[in-house]
Amino acid sequence: MLNYILSSLVFLPLLGAVVILLIPSSQRHFYKSITLLFCAVELALCGWLYAHFSTANAAYQFLEKIDWITIPLGSLGTVSIDYLLGVDGISLPLVFLTGVVMLVGAVSSWHINKREKAYFALYLLLTSSVMGCFVALDFFLFFLFFEFMLLPMYFLIGLWGGPRREYASLKFFLYTLAGSVLILVVMIALYLSAVDPFESEATQTLVHTFDLRYLADGHNYLPDSILSPTGEIEIWGISSRMLAFWLLFIGFAIKLPIVPLHTWLPDAHVEAPTPVSVVLAGVLLKIGGYGLLRIAYPLFPDAANEYAFSLGVLGVLSIVYGGFNALAQNDLKKMVAYSSVSHMGFVLLGVASLTAEGVNGAVYQMVSHGILSALLFLVVGVLYDRTHNRLIDSYRGLVSPMPQLTVVVSVAFFASLGLPGFSGFVGELFTLMGGFQSDRLPHWLVAIGTLGIVLAAGYFLWTLQRLFFGPFWAKNANDAALLTDLTLREKMMLLPLVMLTLLLGLFPNLVFNLTNQAVTLWMKIFL
Amino acid sequence: MNLLLLIPLLPLVGFLINGIGFKHIPKSLVGVIGSVGPVVAFILSIYAFGAFRAGNNAPVIIQLFDWITVGTLNISFSFQIDQLSLLMLLVVTGVGSLIHIYSIGYMSHDAGFGKFFAFLNLFLFFMLLLVMGSNYVIMFIGWEGVGLCSYLLIGFWNKVTNYNNAARKAFIMNRIGDLGFLLGIFLIIQTFGTVEYLPVFEKAVGMSVGDSAIAAITLLLFVGAMGKSAQIPLYTWLPDAMAGPTPVSALIHAATMVTAGIYMVVRSNVLYALAPDTLEIVAIIGLATALMAASIGLFQNDIKKVLAYSTVSQLGYMFMALGVAAYSSAMFHVITHAFFKALLFLGAGSVIHAMSDEQDIRNMGGLRKKLPITFLTFLIATIAISGIPPFAGFFSKDEILAHVYEHNKLMWALGVLGSIMTSFYMFRLLFLTFFGDFRGTHEQAHHLHESPISMTLPLMVLAVLSVVGGFMNVPHVLGGHSALATFMDPLFANAQRANPALFEHGHLDHSTEYLLMGVSVGAALLAMGAAYVLFISKKNVPAADGQESGLQKVIYNKYYVDEFYEAIFVNPMRKLSDALYSFGEFIVDGLVKGAGGLVKLSSGQLRQLQTGETGFYVFAMVVGITALLLWNFGAIIFK
Repeated sequence: MLNYILSSLVFLPLLGAVVILLIPSSQRHFYKSITLLFCAVELALCGWLYAHFSTANAAYQFLEKIDWITIPLGSLGTVSIDYLLGVDGISLPLVFLTGVVMLVGAVSSWHINKREKAYFALYLLLTSSVMGCFVALDFFLFFLFFEFMLLPMYFLIGLWGGPRREYASLKFFLYTLAGSVLILVVMIALYLSAVDPFESEATQTLVHTFDLRYLADGHNYLPDSILSPTGEIEIWGISSRMLAFWLLFIGFAIKLPIVPLHTWLPDAHVEAPTPVSVVLAGVLLKIGGYGLLRIAYPLFPDAANEYAFSLGVLGVLSIVYGGFNALAQNDLKKMVAYSSVSHMGFVLLGVASLTAEGVNGAVYQMVSHGILSALLFLVVGVLYDRTHNRLIDSYRGLVSPMPQLTVVVSVAFFASLGLPGFSGFVGELFTLMGGFQSDRLPHWLVAIGTLGIVLAAGYFLWTLQRLFFGPFWAKNANDAALLTDLTLREKMMLLPLVMLTLLLGLFPNLVFNLTNQAVTLWMKIFL
Repeated sequence: MNLLLLIPLLPLVGFLINGIGFKHIPKSLVGVIGSVGPVVAFILSIYAFGAFRAGNNAPVIIQLFDWITVGTLNISFSFQIDQLSLLMLLVVTGVGSLIHIYSIGYMSHDAGFGKFFAFLNLFLFFMLLLVMGSNYVIMFIGWEGVGLCSYLLIGFWNKVTNYNNAARKAFIMNRIGDLGFLLGIFLIIQTFGTVEYLPVFEKAVGMSVGDSAIAAITLLLFVGAMGKSAQIPLYTWLPDAMAGPTPVSALIHAATMVTAGIYMVVRSNVLYALAPDTLEIVAIIGLATALMAASIGLFQNDIKKVLAYSTVSQLGYMFMALGVAAYSSAMFHVITHAFFKALLFLGAGSVIHAMSDEQDIRNMGGLRKKLPITFLTFLIATIAISGIPPFAGFFSKDEILAHVYEHNKLMWALGVLGSIMTSFYMFRLLFLTFFGDFRGTHEQAHHLHESPISMTLPLMVLAVLSVVGGFMNVPHVLGGHSALATFMDPLFANAQRANPALFEHGHLDHSTEYLLMGVSVGAALLAMGAAYVLFISKKNVPAADGQESGLQKVIYNKYYVDEFYEAIFVNPMRKLSDALYSFGEFIVDGLVKGAGGLVKLSSGQLRQLQTGETGFYVFAMVVGITALLLWNFGAIIFK
């Protein structure tokens, strides 16, 4: 099985979903434990992967390749789609993050008590498709997983969500679908333009490929094709490659999300049940950033180079705009959602800088934000579970009834606002540093980006004070009795995340050792 | 293992024990656990100091591990032991130990006793990290860490909204300064390719005076220093920070954390030597802060507020010294100030303790009989800070003023004006608190008592230091050897190589030096006399709130700077965030919904075509085919 470690990672949760579907509903109390078990094994596999990964090797490792679809089309060449999996230093941290977040999400799903069969089957299905996105090296395969993710997500929000769940889930679906269409258009153009050099050589026909390794090499593009790096094809007066890059960018930026394509996110979070919010913020957003790193940038380095400034501006815009919006929120979950927008802006800034510091920092920031946003949404859930009210102005002085929660929230907030010792600091430090070192971005732009750090201090501390400090008071008198401190199960899902953000903050090389070589190789195409 | 590692580690262990187990540890043990770390760290610091002096005076680097390796940048987690870090170590652990011991008594009735010691230990850990780190990133980590502890301890009594506001204000205002620090670090990396002090300074020596990158770096770092060390315009958080328990005010907001900005500039002295323009700005900001804060201090009635503005003002003097490149004088004042200002705050704490939490000096008076030790030590500290010989403050302040005089005579005159105000507000405070008749309630009078030994002992130790502390650096003109300055000299060797002109000044002749001393001491005594006449002979008591008028009212209200900031920065930020949320989201989301609506509308229209009647479909088909034919062949047909 360990020869097929990546396939196991992808299909193990799927197997879990099948198991759950087969167990009759009369035995529904097993669903949670089964989900938990599969997620735990999944994380253990991630651990094995981490232990056996060679950090000195920048190339893809644990490669699995099966010729999947091959259709000769005569004069049009051959369609070749591979089942191709592999990880490198950029994807491995995200794979690991997925393992952690999905397990924590499974623990926090404990209180789901309607239609459990569907819920847990969908949850495991989601795990499979997210894993698939991070390990697929064939664009077609990636796209399949990417699209497939929508299905469980749509239902998880739409069926188990809050009062406006249908609106929110449809909005999420349409937004992402719109992005997918753009990606699909580029995929088709890429298919027409690039070939597999070895297969073509061997068969003396044009074997079109979706292998991302070949797509990332300009030599594999047909000279007169639509996306040829040497050709000068224009569509509506814009170079076809530039256009293709922006289409991909928009597709992934919706996921990330980048202002102004972010408006689905606060709605989706507000309506989603806690575990789904955790997964959404913890890993799904990262697919946007990963898509930029794995697909948009390597395939169109010329465009990424040319538009570095605009991309940097978008990153900084997200940082500042998200920060201001977080400041204005009264719904705790919305505040956290906007803080996500702000923090993911750092990712784009780091990537746009095209420096070793910035890109390493961007990957690190994704991991860090994955842990922290999971933590933040979990603590929101703790409050919501008790009173079904997340409005900040409904409470004061929660430190009295809930001292332990106060400690965890304080840690989560300070870690998120970039206090050294926690992971948030390192991510922000390096994405900003990369932006500053980059000769593609002006210093003033990054200086504006640093405002995000002050804003973060503003909205987190303001929220902390309003919710937890002062004399105890609850707007709804009945709530006072419900506000009990953390249960054992809650501590079990919160503590590991606190430990993780601390661990990564104290020893950032745990991530950087993985990413460094891969990013160095990645950077070569931009020199 | 290197013993020096224990210095920061011990307080950290104390934090962990008290922080995790404070509910289960008996109170008597909490104080001991909390105090043992700092005391042992102090002993180790003395040991390190001795070992260093016995060595060859070269900086010692203790490499712990590679913290971050990214691309070509390597940030190591390592400590640097040299003259500067040793002095800071001694002050931080020494004064820190005394304040920990003091807190055992002061906080004994507080429910959050264990939490308090945990936070205090954590602060000490970060402060030690700040001064021991061998590069700017470690300094920044400590810098932010002490900011966290400052936040936690200002808002220690978190049931009181005002205290929480003060804590938040302190953190956010410091964050603004930190942005400068952060950008400064980025620019250092870009310019030098490393953040380690030694290589950075080595490379800097070869650069030219007035280099624009260095000017930018020094300015940005100074913005950081403005925040942490409460200089104009980022000073308003410090007076508010007095909301924290008094030992916190003494340790963090007087003796140690707020001097981190001075430490930073002294540490970067090579860079500052290369940026004379920045130095001029530092000197002017320092002077302006010294004067403004001192003037506000003249009219404050809260015992801790007076001391807080005094701290801001004294920090201004230190920056003034830095601005005229008198680095060792600034450090000298850091040290003596740590002694007497910690003593003043702890004395104030003893008074507040005795007065059942009263802080308004208008309700005090005549306390010298009931609190003899507190009074005597407070008197010593007052004399020391006022610059009256031979107490500690005289030597350090006089040295600063002498250097300022060489630099610019007007600055010197203003500096003397500031020390007149210092002497006045301090003696005003002393007279109103300890002399005259008691003005408090009967109940307070009934409870008046001298503090327990755990509190008075630190007072006495600090009092001795405030008396003799100045002798560590007696100038040549008074027959001394400037021992401290000589000890620190190697720190500035690179700066002297980089910009020799900065350190070449015509040495003042002895008669001028005597004259300068005479003027400043005379001025201080005069101010003391004025305070005596006003508050002892005439028995004046400051007016009740709202009774002030004219300029006095403006100054009493701190020149309305807080209100100004509120109107110019805080409120617009709030409004902007609300506007962006309600307006920005409305537009963005409106566009999205509009697109959705358009699809819905057009599909609704198109749906009408699907009538289900075969006749209609056939008709539409014929029309369609005709249209297509016309489209394709129209040109031929109609030729």
